[in-house]
Amino acid sequence: MAVSADLAGRTFAPTAPYEVTAERVAEFVAATGSAYDGTAAPTTFPIVVAFRAMTDLMEDPDVGIALHRVVHGEQRFSYTRPVVPGDVLTATLTVDSLRQIGGADIIGTRSEIVDADGAPVVTAHAVLVHRGEDG
Amino acid sequence: MNALEPGAELPTQEYAVTRADLVRYAGASGDRNPIHWSDRVATGVGLPGVIAHGMFTMALAARALDTWAGAPGRVRELGCKFTKPVVVPDDDDGVVVRVAGTVKGVEDGRASVALEVTCGDEKVLGMPRAVVLVGPAPEVASA
Repeated sequence: MAVSADLAGRTFAPTAPYEVTAERVAEFVAATGSAYDGTAAPTTFPIVVAFRAMTDLMEDPDVGIALHRVVHGEQRFSYTRPVVPGDVLTATLTVDSLRQIGGADIIGTRSEIVDADGAPVVTAHAVLVHRGEDG
Repeated sequence: MNALEPGAELPTQEYAVTRADLVRYAGASGDRNPIHWSDRVATGVGLPGVIAHGMFTMALAARALDTWAGAPGRVRELGCKFTKPVVVPDDDDGVVVRVAGTVKGVEDGRASVALEVTCGDEKVLGMPRAVVLVGPAPEVASA
């Protein structure tokens, strides 16, 4: 079953505030082998926050997504400034586009990630591919 | 180090990826999808075996960019498609992911970099592109 057609343009509630601690960054740095000087977190670290926004979308019963049929198709990060320990981040996800190709829903999402003052930090664009029953 | 000049072919970075890396990444990222640690689940959905998280492969591309930029925190844009899975064998050596890059241009202190991320003979990321700050290190304010 395709996802709800009125999904395009919908903006979801902001995620719960996520505190970027030195420990969480260090764990991500160790897992990815990245260099770290105690300030800027690795470039892909904000996926941790964006992933929560995407999970809220995928688990919303009104949307009609079957989680086990979702594949991550594309990802992009556009930075205003690096993420640093001490940041408290929230992500607000908007569905920018919705297309159907060969029985799959192609869901274009944009998560605006802001700090505790509401100032923009990084925008995470993700394309989620929701395969049809036979996909 | 300032290799980010127009036309520069950046030194290819090689990273070995093992099952242990995937387990660590699952914990650090919160992505605990079993296709990244269970052969049973991975083959059950038609994959050849356990595959790396696409976001892990993207993190390796980001790691190469940090190396080329000379410091972390200088990547302003990074994007890609996840085109082919990186299959990670259950042994001590794992599999090697290679990240190559070419500087397409530099404008207003920002280098535009086209990446090529491969495993064996296959490109595993589609159209990986980045924008990286060049020149003096930017101030990174503490939050």
